[in-house]
Amino acid sequence: MNLTRRETVLLAAGASVAVMVPFRAFADAAENIAAFTGGAAVGEGGITLTAPEIAENGNTVPVDVDAPGAVEIMVLAVGNPNPAVGTFKFGPLAAAQMASTRIRLSKTQNVMAIAKMADGSFVQATKEVKVTIGGCGG
Amino acid sequence: MKMTVLKSAIAGLALVATGVMAEEGTVGFEINGDIPIVTRVPAAAHLDGALSEAISGWEYRDSSTQAMQMDDFDNPAMLAVEQAAEVWNTAMGTVGKSCADCHGDVNESMIGIRATYPKWNEKAGEVRTLAMQVNNCLTENMGAEAWKYDGADMAAMEALISIPSRGMPVNVAIDGPVASVWEQGKEMYYTRYGQLELSCASCHELNYDNLIRADHLSQGQINAFPVYRLKDTGLVTTHGRFKGCVRDTRAETFAAGSPEFVALELYVASRGNGLSVEAPAVRP
Amino acid sequence: MADNVTPRVRVPRDAKAGEAITIKTLISHQMESGQRKDGDGNLIPRSIINRFTCDFNGQNVIDITMEPAISTNPYFEFQSLVPESGTFTFTWYDDDGSVYTDTKDIAVS
Repeated sequence: MNLTRRETVLLAAGASVAVMVPFRAFADAAENIAAFTGGAAVGEGGITLTAPEIAENGNTVPVDVDAPGAVEIMVLAVGNPNPAVGTFKFGPLAAAQMASTRIRLSKTQNVMAIAKMADGSFVQATKEVKVTIGGCGG
Repeated sequence: MKMTVLKSAIAGLALVATGVMAEEGTVGFEINGDIPIVTRVPAAAHLDGALSEAISGWEYRDSSTQAMQMDDFDNPAMLAVEQAAEVWNTAMGTVGKSCADCHGDVNESMIGIRATYPKWNEKAGEVRTLAMQVNNCLTENMGAEAWKYDGADMAAMEALISIPSRGMPVNVAIDGPVASVWEQGKEMYYTRYGQLELSCASCHELNYDNLIRADHLSQGQINAFPVYRLKDTGLVTTHGRFKGCVRDTRAETFAAGSPEFVALELYVASRGNGLSVEAPAVRP
Repeated sequence: MADNVTPRVRVPRDAKAGEAITIKTLISHQMESGQRKDGDGNLIPRSIINRFTCDFNGQNVIDITMEPAISTNPYFEFQSLVPESGTFTFTWYDDDGSVYTDTKDIAVS
Protein backbone atom coordinates (compact mmCIF):
# COMPACT_ATOMS: atom_id res chain seq x y z
CA MET A 1 0.00 0.00 0.00
CA ASN A 2 1.49 3.32 -1.09
CA LEU A 3 0.38 6.26 0.98
CA THR A 4 0.49 9.83 -0.21
CA ARG A 5 1.55 12.43 2.30
CA ARG A 6 -2.03 13.64 2.64
CA GLU A 7 -3.34 10.15 3.38
CA THR A 8 -0.63 9.71 5.97
CA VAL A 9 -1.68 12.91 7.71
CA LEU A 10 -5.30 11.80 7.63
CA LEU A 11 -4.38 8.43 9.11
CA ALA A 12 -2.51 10.14 11.91
CA ALA A 13 -5.54 12.32 12.61
CA GLY A 14 -7.75 9.23 12.62
CA ALA A 15 -5.42 7.51 15.05
CA SER A 16 -5.66 10.34 17.55
CA VAL A 17 -9.46 10.15 17.37
CA ALA A 18 -9.27 6.38 17.91
CA VAL A 19 -7.32 6.93 21.12
CA MET A 20 -10.22 8.99 22.45
CA VAL A 21 -12.80 6.30 21.78
CA PRO A 22 -12.12 4.06 24.78
CA PHE A 23 -12.74 6.97 27.13
CA ARG A 24 -16.06 7.66 25.46
CA ALA A 25 -17.01 3.97 25.63
CA PHE A 26 -16.01 3.84 29.27
CA ALA A 27 -18.16 6.89 29.95
CA ASP A 28 -21.09 5.13 28.24
CA ALA A 29 -20.56 2.04 30.36
CA ALA A 30 -20.41 4.23 33.48
CA GLU A 31 -23.78 5.68 32.53
CA ASN A 32 -25.22 2.18 32.15
CA ILE A 33 -23.82 1.18 35.53
CA ALA A 34 -25.16 4.32 37.21
CA ALA A 35 -28.60 3.75 35.72
CA PHE A 36 -28.58 0.15 37.00
CA THR A 37 -27.16 0.75 40.47
CA GLY A 38 -28.52 4.23 41.11
CA GLY A 39 -25.00 5.16 42.15
CA ALA A 40 -24.76 2.54 44.92
CA ALA A 41 -21.37 0.99 45.71
CA VAL A 42 -20.58 -2.21 43.80
CA GLY A 43 -18.73 -4.99 45.59
CA GLU A 44 -16.85 -8.06 44.39
CA GLY A 45 -17.56 -11.76 44.90
CA GLY A 46 -20.77 -13.74 44.78
CA ILE A 47 -20.98 -13.45 41.02
CA THR A 48 -19.31 -15.55 38.35
CA LEU A 49 -18.85 -14.44 34.75
CA THR A 50 -17.64 -17.09 32.33
CA ALA A 51 -16.41 -16.18 28.85
CA PRO A 52 -13.62 -17.49 26.62
CA GLU A 53 -10.19 -15.88 27.04
CA ILE A 54 -9.91 -15.79 23.26
CA ALA A 55 -12.96 -15.59 21.03
CA GLU A 56 -12.39 -17.04 17.58
CA ASN A 57 -14.95 -14.67 16.22
CA GLY A 58 -16.39 -11.61 17.95
CA ASN A 59 -19.78 -12.14 16.35
CA THR A 60 -20.79 -15.05 18.58
CA VAL A 61 -19.11 -15.17 21.99
CA PRO A 62 -20.64 -17.50 24.59
CA VAL A 63 -21.09 -15.86 28.00
CA ASP A 64 -22.48 -17.31 31.25
CA VAL A 65 -23.47 -15.34 34.35
CA ASP A 66 -24.22 -16.83 37.74
CA ALA A 67 -25.03 -14.89 40.92
CA PRO A 68 -26.84 -16.97 43.55
CA GLY A 69 -29.52 -14.86 45.23
CA ALA A 70 -29.52 -12.13 42.59
CA VAL A 71 -32.70 -10.37 41.52
CA GLU A 72 -31.24 -9.32 38.20
CA ILE A 73 -27.92 -9.30 36.35
CA MET A 74 -26.82 -6.71 33.82
CA VAL A 75 -24.15 -7.61 31.26
CA LEU A 76 -21.99 -4.94 29.61
CA ALA A 77 -19.42 -5.12 26.83
CA VAL A 78 -17.38 -2.13 27.95
CA GLY A 79 -15.55 -1.65 24.63
CA ASN A 80 -18.53 -1.93 22.30
CA PRO A 81 -19.87 1.22 20.60
CA ASN A 82 -22.98 0.60 22.68
CA PRO A 83 -21.87 -1.20 25.86
CA ALA A 84 -25.31 -2.51 26.85
CA VAL A 85 -25.74 -6.25 26.15
CA GLY A 86 -28.73 -7.33 28.18
CA THR A 87 -30.33 -7.55 31.61
CA PHE A 88 -31.56 -10.83 33.09
CA LYS A 89 -34.39 -10.50 35.62
CA PHE A 90 -35.11 -13.67 37.57
CA GLY A 91 -38.71 -14.49 38.38
CA PRO A 92 -40.10 -16.51 41.30
CA LEU A 93 -39.69 -19.77 39.37
CA ALA A 94 -36.03 -19.29 38.42
CA ALA A 95 -34.25 -22.35 39.84
CA ALA A 96 -30.93 -20.56 39.85
CA GLN A 97 -29.86 -17.01 39.17
CA MET A 98 -27.81 -17.99 36.18
CA ALA A 99 -28.10 -17.69 32.42
CA SER A 100 -26.09 -18.24 29.25
CA THR A 101 -26.21 -16.39 25.97
CA ARG A 102 -24.07 -15.46 22.95
CA ILE A 103 -22.92 -11.91 22.42
CA ARG A 104 -21.16 -9.63 19.95
CA LEU A 105 -17.83 -8.04 20.83
CA SER A 106 -16.46 -5.42 18.43
CA LYS A 107 -12.86 -5.92 19.62
CA THR A 108 -10.75 -7.18 22.53
CA GLN A 109 -12.28 -5.75 25.69
CA ASN A 110 -13.66 -6.32 29.16
CA VAL A 111 -17.04 -7.92 29.60
CA MET A 112 -18.70 -6.96 32.88
CA ALA A 113 -21.62 -8.43 34.81
CA ILE A 114 -23.27 -6.61 37.70
CA ALA A 115 -25.80 -8.35 39.91
CA LYS A 116 -28.44 -6.68 42.03
CA MET A 117 -28.90 -8.88 45.08
CA ALA A 118 -32.15 -9.44 46.97
CA ASP A 119 -31.01 -7.07 49.75
CA GLY A 120 -30.45 -4.25 47.24
CA SER A 121 -26.64 -4.51 47.22
CA PHE A 122 -24.60 -4.88 44.03
CA VAL A 123 -21.67 -7.08 43.07
CA GLN A 124 -19.70 -7.26 39.85
CA ALA A 125 -17.31 -9.47 37.91
CA THR A 126 -15.17 -8.60 34.90
CA LYS A 127 -13.48 -10.78 32.32
CA GLU A 128 -11.23 -9.76 29.46
CA VAL A 129 -12.01 -11.43 26.14
CA LYS A 130 -9.47 -11.21 23.36
CA VAL A 131 -11.17 -11.09 19.97
CA THR A 132 -9.07 -12.41 17.12
CA ILE A 133 -9.53 -11.03 13.64
CA GLY A 134 -8.95 -13.89 11.26
CA GLY A 135 -7.10 -13.47 8.00
CA CYS A 136 -9.39 -15.61 5.92
CA GLY A 137 -12.58 -14.15 4.50
CA GLY A 138 -14.86 -15.98 2.17
CA MET B 1 -13.42 -37.76 25.55
CA LYS B 2 -11.15 -39.56 23.08
CA MET B 3 -11.34 -43.21 22.40
CA THR B 4 -10.04 -45.61 19.89
CA VAL B 5 -12.61 -47.32 17.78
CA LEU B 6 -13.05 -49.26 14.60
CA LYS B 7 -13.40 -46.94 11.67
CA SER B 8 -16.62 -48.14 10.18
CA ALA B 9 -19.82 -49.61 11.46
CA ILE B 10 -19.48 -50.05 15.20
CA ALA B 11 -17.99 -46.67 15.85
CA GLY B 12 -19.71 -46.36 19.20
CA LEU B 13 -17.96 -49.37 20.64
CA ALA B 14 -14.85 -48.37 22.55
CA LEU B 15 -11.92 -50.68 22.04
CA VAL B 16 -9.52 -49.25 24.54
CA ALA B 17 -6.00 -50.68 24.54
CA THR B 18 -6.64 -53.45 22.06
CA GLY B 19 -3.64 -52.48 19.97
CA VAL B 20 -5.65 -52.81 16.77
CA MET B 21 -4.24 -50.06 14.59
CA ALA B 22 -4.93 -50.83 10.95
CA GLU B 23 -8.45 -49.64 10.25
CA GLU B 24 -8.70 -47.15 13.06
CA GLY B 25 -9.75 -43.63 13.49
CA THR B 26 -10.01 -41.44 16.53
CA VAL B 27 -13.39 -40.34 17.75
CA GLY B 28 -12.87 -36.69 18.70
CA PHE B 29 -16.37 -36.08 20.00
CA GLU B 30 -19.97 -37.18 19.87
CA ILE B 31 -22.94 -35.22 18.61
CA ASN B 32 -25.89 -35.33 21.03
CA GLY B 33 -23.93 -37.91 22.99
CA ASP B 34 -24.82 -40.61 20.47
CA ILE B 35 -23.20 -39.91 17.08
CA PRO B 36 -19.46 -40.59 17.32
CA ILE B 37 -17.45 -38.39 14.97
CA VAL B 38 -14.07 -39.61 13.74
CA THR B 39 -11.85 -36.53 13.57
CA ARG B 40 -8.52 -38.23 12.84
CA VAL B 41 -7.94 -41.10 10.50
CA PRO B 42 -4.89 -42.48 8.69
CA ALA B 43 -4.65 -40.66 5.36
CA ALA B 44 -6.02 -42.33 2.24
CA ALA B 45 -3.48 -44.29 0.19
CA HIS B 46 -3.90 -41.98 -2.80
CA LEU B 47 -2.35 -39.17 -0.77
CA ASP B 48 0.89 -41.07 -1.04
CA GLY B 49 2.24 -39.79 2.24
CA ALA B 50 1.42 -36.11 1.59
CA LEU B 51 -0.53 -36.30 4.85
CA SER B 52 -0.02 -38.90 7.54
CA GLU B 53 -3.47 -38.31 8.94
CA ALA B 54 -6.63 -36.73 7.66
CA ILE B 55 -7.81 -34.37 10.42
CA SER B 56 -11.19 -32.70 10.70
CA GLY B 57 -11.31 -28.92 10.98
CA TRP B 58 -13.09 -29.48 14.31
CA GLU B 59 -9.72 -30.31 15.87
CA TYR B 60 -8.41 -26.79 15.13
CA ARG B 61 -11.22 -24.92 16.81
CA ASP B 62 -11.45 -23.43 20.29
CA SER B 63 -13.39 -25.38 22.87
CA SER B 64 -16.30 -22.92 22.87
CA THR B 65 -16.74 -23.29 19.10
CA GLN B 66 -16.36 -27.05 19.38
CA ALA B 67 -19.01 -27.19 22.07
CA MET B 68 -21.58 -25.52 19.82
CA GLN B 69 -21.33 -28.50 17.48
CA MET B 70 -21.69 -31.20 20.11
CA ASP B 71 -25.39 -30.66 20.75
CA ASP B 72 -27.85 -30.03 17.93
CA PHE B 73 -29.71 -27.53 20.03
CA ASP B 74 -26.58 -25.44 20.45
CA ASN B 75 -25.77 -25.63 16.72
CA PRO B 76 -27.37 -22.66 14.94
CA ALA B 77 -27.16 -24.52 11.61
CA MET B 78 -30.16 -26.52 12.79
CA LEU B 79 -32.38 -23.48 12.23
CA ALA B 80 -31.61 -23.75 8.52
CA VAL B 81 -32.07 -27.52 8.66
CA GLU B 82 -35.57 -27.07 10.10
CA GLN B 83 -36.45 -24.60 7.37
CA ALA B 84 -35.13 -26.99 4.71
CA ALA B 85 -37.21 -29.80 6.22
CA GLU B 86 -40.32 -27.72 5.49
CA VAL B 87 -39.11 -27.11 1.94
CA TRP B 88 -38.54 -30.86 1.56
CA ASN B 89 -42.24 -31.41 2.17
CA THR B 90 -43.45 -28.51 0.03
CA ALA B 91 -44.57 -28.98 -3.59
CA MET B 92 -42.46 -26.85 -5.93
CA GLY B 93 -42.55 -26.14 -9.65
CA THR B 94 -44.97 -26.95 -12.44
CA VAL B 95 -45.03 -30.69 -11.69
CA GLY B 96 -46.46 -29.96 -8.26
CA LYS B 97 -44.30 -32.44 -6.41
CA SER B 98 -42.25 -32.06 -3.27
CA CYS B 99 -38.92 -33.73 -2.53
CA ALA B 100 -40.81 -36.01 -0.16
CA ASP B 101 -43.20 -37.18 -2.88
CA CYS B 102 -40.34 -39.08 -4.50
CA HIS B 103 -37.82 -39.47 -1.69
CA GLY B 104 -40.06 -39.94 1.35
CA ASP B 105 -38.48 -39.34 4.74
CA VAL B 106 -35.18 -37.54 4.27
CA ASN B 107 -33.78 -39.29 7.32
CA GLU B 108 -34.24 -42.65 5.66
CA SER B 109 -33.86 -42.09 1.92
CA MET B 110 -30.76 -39.92 2.25
CA ILE B 111 -28.76 -42.17 4.59
CA GLY B 112 -25.18 -42.31 3.30
CA ILE B 113 -25.77 -39.92 0.40
CA ARG B 114 -23.62 -37.07 1.73
CA ALA B 115 -20.73 -39.50 2.32
CA THR B 116 -20.28 -40.45 -1.34
CA TYR B 117 -20.71 -37.13 -3.17
CA PRO B 118 -19.39 -35.84 -5.54
CA LYS B 119 -19.93 -38.96 -7.63
CA TRP B 120 -20.35 -40.13 -11.19
CA ASN B 121 -23.80 -39.89 -12.76
CA GLU B 122 -23.95 -42.50 -15.48
CA LYS B 123 -27.03 -41.16 -17.21
CA ALA B 124 -25.71 -37.62 -17.42
CA GLY B 125 -22.15 -38.75 -18.07
CA GLU B 126 -20.73 -36.28 -15.55
CA VAL B 127 -19.42 -35.90 -12.02
CA ARG B 128 -22.22 -34.52 -9.88
CA THR B 129 -22.00 -32.67 -6.60
CA LEU B 130 -24.89 -32.84 -4.16
CA ALA B 131 -25.85 -29.28 -5.15
CA MET B 132 -25.89 -30.23 -8.84
CA GLN B 133 -28.09 -33.20 -8.02
CA VAL B 134 -30.52 -31.02 -6.06
CA ASN B 135 -30.71 -28.50 -8.90
CA ASN B 136 -31.15 -31.32 -11.38
CA CYS B 137 -34.13 -32.58 -9.39
CA LEU B 138 -35.59 -29.08 -9.27
CA THR B 139 -35.28 -28.36 -12.99
CA GLU B 140 -35.70 -31.81 -14.55
CA ASN B 141 -38.10 -33.60 -12.23
CA MET B 142 -40.06 -30.83 -10.53
CA GLY B 143 -40.35 -28.15 -13.20
CA ALA B 144 -38.91 -25.61 -10.81
CA GLU B 145 -36.19 -22.97 -11.09
CA ALA B 146 -32.67 -23.98 -10.10
CA TRP B 147 -31.41 -22.51 -6.82
CA LYS B 148 -28.33 -20.33 -6.62
CA TYR B 149 -25.51 -22.85 -6.39
CA ASP B 150 -24.05 -21.53 -3.15
CA GLY B 151 -27.12 -19.64 -1.91
CA ALA B 152 -28.98 -20.01 1.37
CA ASP B 153 -31.67 -22.37 0.04
CA MET B 154 -29.08 -24.76 -1.37
CA ALA B 155 -26.90 -24.60 1.73
CA ALA B 156 -29.88 -25.41 3.94
CA MET B 157 -30.96 -28.34 1.74
CA GLU B 158 -27.41 -29.73 1.67
CA ALA B 159 -27.34 -29.46 5.46
CA LEU B 160 -30.65 -31.30 5.76
CA ILE B 161 -29.52 -34.07 3.41
CA SER B 162 -26.26 -34.40 5.37
CA ILE B 163 -27.99 -35.08 8.70
CA PRO B 164 -28.74 -38.80 8.17
CA SER B 165 -25.11 -39.40 7.09
CA ARG B 166 -23.50 -37.86 10.16
CA GLY B 167 -20.96 -40.17 11.68
CA MET B 168 -20.60 -42.22 8.49
CA PRO B 169 -17.16 -42.25 6.89
CA VAL B 170 -16.62 -40.09 3.82
CA ASN B 171 -16.13 -42.54 0.98
CA VAL B 172 -15.71 -40.71 -2.32
CA ALA B 173 -14.69 -42.81 -5.33
CA ILE B 174 -11.69 -41.52 -7.26
CA ASP B 175 -11.26 -44.14 -9.96
CA GLY B 176 -13.19 -45.32 -12.99
CA PRO B 177 -15.12 -42.64 -14.86
CA VAL B 178 -14.29 -39.89 -12.35
CA ALA B 179 -10.52 -40.40 -12.58
CA SER B 180 -9.85 -37.62 -15.09
CA VAL B 181 -11.92 -35.09 -13.14
CA TRP B 182 -10.17 -36.18 -9.94
CA GLU B 183 -6.78 -35.62 -11.63
CA GLN B 184 -7.94 -32.17 -12.72
CA GLY B 185 -8.92 -31.38 -9.14
CA LYS B 186 -5.60 -32.64 -7.84
CA GLU B 187 -3.71 -30.45 -10.28
CA MET B 188 -5.73 -27.43 -9.14
CA TYR B 189 -5.00 -28.26 -5.51
CA TYR B 190 -1.28 -27.90 -6.14
CA THR B 191 -1.49 -24.91 -8.54
CA ARG B 192 -0.49 -21.54 -7.12
CA TYR B 193 -3.14 -18.87 -7.71
CA GLY B 194 -3.29 -15.13 -7.31
CA GLN B 195 -0.90 -12.34 -6.49
CA LEU B 196 0.06 -14.15 -3.32
CA GLU B 197 0.91 -17.26 -5.35
CA LEU B 198 -0.73 -19.66 -2.93
CA SER B 199 -2.00 -23.11 -3.74
CA CYS B 200 -4.47 -24.99 -1.57
CA ALA B 201 -1.48 -27.05 -0.45
CA SER B 202 0.50 -23.98 0.63
CA CYS B 203 -1.87 -23.46 3.54
CA HIS B 204 -3.70 -26.73 4.04
CA GLU B 205 -1.03 -29.37 3.39
CA LEU B 206 2.27 -27.65 4.23
CA ASN B 207 1.07 -25.35 7.01
CA TYR B 208 -1.92 -26.84 8.73
CA ASP B 209 -1.84 -26.31 12.49
CA ASN B 210 0.15 -23.09 11.93
CA LEU B 211 -1.30 -19.61 12.21
CA ILE B 212 -1.94 -17.36 9.21
CA ARG B 213 -2.37 -14.01 10.90
CA ALA B 214 -4.82 -14.96 13.65
CA ASP B 215 -6.35 -17.94 11.84
CA HIS B 216 -5.49 -21.43 12.96
CA LEU B 217 -5.03 -23.26 9.66
CA SER B 218 -6.76 -26.59 9.24
CA GLN B 219 -6.28 -29.18 6.55
CA GLY B 220 -9.16 -27.62 4.66
CA GLN B 221 -11.21 -30.81 4.89
CA ILE B 222 -14.79 -30.51 3.64
CA ASN B 223 -16.40 -33.39 5.55
CA ALA B 224 -18.16 -30.78 7.72
CA PHE B 225 -19.66 -28.62 4.93
CA PRO B 226 -21.95 -26.81 4.72
CA VAL B 227 -20.85 -25.14 7.95
CA TYR B 228 -22.49 -22.49 10.11
CA ARG B 229 -19.88 -19.78 10.16
CA LEU B 230 -19.91 -17.54 13.22
CA LYS B 231 -18.43 -14.72 11.15
CA ASP B 232 -21.32 -14.80 8.70
CA THR B 233 -23.94 -16.10 11.16
CA GLY B 234 -25.15 -18.34 8.37
CA LEU B 235 -24.34 -21.43 6.35
CA VAL B 236 -21.38 -21.50 3.98
CA THR B 237 -21.17 -24.12 1.24
CA THR B 238 -18.05 -25.85 -0.02
CA HIS B 239 -17.90 -23.73 -3.17
CA GLY B 240 -18.62 -20.58 -1.15
CA ARG B 241 -15.58 -21.45 0.97
CA PHE B 242 -13.50 -22.21 -2.14
CA LYS B 243 -14.39 -18.79 -3.54
CA GLY B 244 -13.27 -17.15 -0.32
CA CYS B 245 -9.99 -19.07 -0.32
CA VAL B 246 -9.17 -18.24 -3.95
CA ARG B 247 -10.08 -14.61 -3.36
CA ASP B 248 -7.77 -14.58 -0.34
CA THR B 249 -4.90 -15.48 -2.69
CA ARG B 250 -5.85 -12.28 -4.56
CA ALA B 251 -6.96 -14.15 -7.63
CA GLU B 252 -10.05 -13.90 -9.79
CA THR B 253 -12.09 -16.74 -8.38
CA PHE B 254 -13.92 -19.48 -10.25
CA ALA B 255 -17.70 -19.46 -10.07
CA ALA B 256 -19.62 -21.62 -7.61
CA GLY B 257 -20.73 -24.69 -9.53
CA SER B 258 -18.06 -24.24 -12.20
CA PRO B 259 -16.41 -27.39 -13.63
CA GLU B 260 -13.17 -26.27 -11.95
CA PHE B 261 -14.71 -26.17 -8.47
CA VAL B 262 -16.59 -29.42 -9.07
CA ALA B 263 -13.25 -31.09 -9.86
CA LEU B 264 -11.63 -29.46 -6.84
CA GLU B 265 -14.50 -30.55 -4.59
CA LEU B 266 -14.12 -34.14 -5.73
CA TYR B 267 -10.39 -34.09 -5.03
CA VAL B 268 -10.63 -32.29 -1.66
CA ALA B 269 -13.48 -34.58 -0.55
CA SER B 270 -11.29 -37.60 -1.35
CA ARG B 271 -8.50 -36.23 0.85
CA GLY B 272 -10.91 -36.67 3.74
CA ASN B 273 -11.97 -40.24 2.95
CA GLY B 274 -12.46 -42.00 6.27
CA LEU B 275 -13.37 -38.90 8.28
CA SER B 276 -16.95 -38.81 9.52
CA VAL B 277 -19.54 -36.71 7.79
CA GLU B 278 -19.92 -33.83 10.25
CA ALA B 279 -22.16 -31.48 8.32
CA PRO B 280 -23.60 -29.10 9.23
CA ALA B 281 -20.73 -28.10 11.52
CA VAL B 282 -19.87 -24.87 13.34
CA ARG B 283 -16.75 -22.91 12.39
CA PRO B 284 -15.55 -19.40 13.27
CA MET C 1 -42.21 -9.09 10.70
CA ALA C 2 -38.67 -10.16 10.03
CA ASP C 3 -38.32 -13.04 7.58
CA ASN C 4 -38.15 -16.65 8.66
CA VAL C 5 -38.42 -16.14 12.39
CA THR C 6 -38.55 -19.62 13.90
CA PRO C 7 -38.38 -20.22 17.65
CA ARG C 8 -36.82 -23.39 19.02
CA VAL C 9 -37.14 -24.45 22.64
CA ARG C 10 -35.81 -27.42 24.55
CA VAL C 11 -37.63 -28.43 27.72
CA PRO C 12 -37.57 -31.90 29.30
CA ARG C 13 -40.84 -33.79 28.78
CA ASP C 14 -41.14 -34.66 32.44
CA ALA C 15 -39.61 -33.78 35.79
CA LYS C 16 -39.98 -34.38 39.50
CA ALA C 17 -41.87 -31.79 41.54
CA GLY C 18 -39.52 -29.05 42.70
CA GLU C 19 -36.73 -30.23 40.44
CA ALA C 20 -34.54 -27.65 38.66
CA ILE C 21 -34.65 -28.16 34.91
CA THR C 22 -32.49 -26.63 32.20
CA ILE C 23 -34.21 -24.80 29.38
CA LYS C 24 -32.56 -23.75 26.13
CA THR C 25 -34.06 -21.38 23.58
CA LEU C 26 -32.97 -20.26 20.12
CA ILE C 27 -34.77 -18.10 17.61
CA SER C 28 -33.79 -17.31 14.03
CA HIS C 29 -33.42 -13.55 13.80
CA GLN C 30 -30.90 -11.27 12.10
CA MET C 31 -30.61 -8.95 15.14
CA GLU C 32 -29.65 -6.05 12.88
CA SER C 33 -27.56 -3.90 15.22
CA GLY C 34 -28.05 -0.49 13.62
CA GLN C 35 -24.25 -0.20 13.41
CA ARG C 36 -23.79 -1.77 9.98
CA LYS C 37 -23.78 -0.06 6.60
CA ASP C 38 -25.18 -1.39 3.34
CA GLY C 39 -23.31 -1.52 0.00
CA ASP C 40 -24.05 2.16 -0.63
CA GLY C 41 -22.69 3.27 2.72
CA ASN C 42 -26.09 3.94 4.29
CA LEU C 43 -26.69 2.85 7.86
CA ILE C 44 -28.95 -0.21 8.06
CA PRO C 45 -31.61 0.62 10.65
CA ARG C 46 -31.68 -1.31 13.91
CA SER C 47 -34.13 -4.22 13.94
CA ILE C 48 -33.77 -6.60 16.87
CA ILE C 49 -35.70 -8.69 19.32
CA ASN C 50 -35.55 -6.49 22.42
CA ARG C 51 -37.10 -8.71 25.10
CA PHE C 52 -37.55 -12.38 25.90
CA THR C 53 -39.68 -13.85 28.68
CA CYS C 54 -40.35 -17.33 29.99
CA ASP C 55 -43.35 -18.05 32.22
CA PHE C 56 -44.70 -21.25 33.72
CA ASN C 57 -48.41 -21.50 34.52
CA GLY C 58 -48.52 -17.70 34.64
CA GLN C 59 -45.52 -17.25 36.94
CA ASN C 60 -42.32 -15.68 35.63
CA VAL C 61 -39.08 -17.64 35.28
CA ILE C 62 -36.90 -15.10 33.52
CA ASP C 63 -37.36 -11.74 31.81
CA ILE C 64 -34.49 -10.61 29.62
CA THR C 65 -33.91 -7.16 28.16
CA MET C 66 -31.94 -7.56 24.93
CA GLU C 67 -29.66 -5.04 23.24
CA PRO C 68 -28.06 -5.12 19.76
CA ALA C 69 -24.98 -6.82 21.25
CA ILE C 70 -26.93 -10.09 21.48
CA SER C 71 -25.78 -12.27 18.56
CA THR C 72 -27.77 -13.19 15.47
CA ASN C 73 -30.13 -16.09 16.24
CA PRO C 74 -30.43 -15.25 19.96
CA TYR C 75 -29.65 -18.13 22.30
CA PHE C 76 -30.50 -18.42 25.99
CA GLU C 77 -30.02 -21.12 28.57
CA PHE C 78 -31.43 -20.88 32.11
CA GLN C 79 -32.94 -22.96 34.91
CA SER C 80 -36.51 -23.26 36.08
CA LEU C 81 -38.41 -24.85 38.92
CA VAL C 82 -41.51 -26.86 38.04
CA PRO C 83 -43.85 -27.07 41.05
CA GLU C 84 -46.57 -28.93 39.11
CA SER C 85 -47.48 -30.15 35.66
CA GLY C 86 -48.20 -27.34 33.28
CA THR C 87 -47.13 -25.21 30.36
CA PHE C 88 -44.13 -23.04 29.69
CA THR C 89 -44.80 -19.96 27.57
CA PHE C 90 -41.90 -18.37 25.73
CA THR C 91 -42.31 -14.90 24.23
CA TRP C 92 -39.97 -12.85 22.06
CA TYR C 93 -40.72 -9.16 21.37
CA ASP C 94 -39.50 -7.66 18.08
CA ASP C 95 -38.63 -3.96 17.55
CA ASP C 96 -41.21 -3.93 14.77
CA GLY C 97 -44.02 -4.87 17.14
CA SER C 98 -44.15 -8.55 16.20
CA VAL C 99 -44.45 -11.02 19.05
CA TYR C 100 -43.29 -14.62 18.63
CA THR C 101 -44.45 -17.28 21.09
CA ASP C 102 -43.88 -20.93 21.72
CA THR C 103 -45.25 -23.22 24.42
CA LYS C 104 -44.06 -26.49 25.91
CA ASP C 105 -45.91 -28.82 28.25
CA ILE C 106 -44.18 -30.67 31.04
CA ALA C 107 -45.49 -33.53 33.19
CA VAL C 108 -44.45 -33.43 36.83
CA SER C 109 -44.53 -36.55 38.95
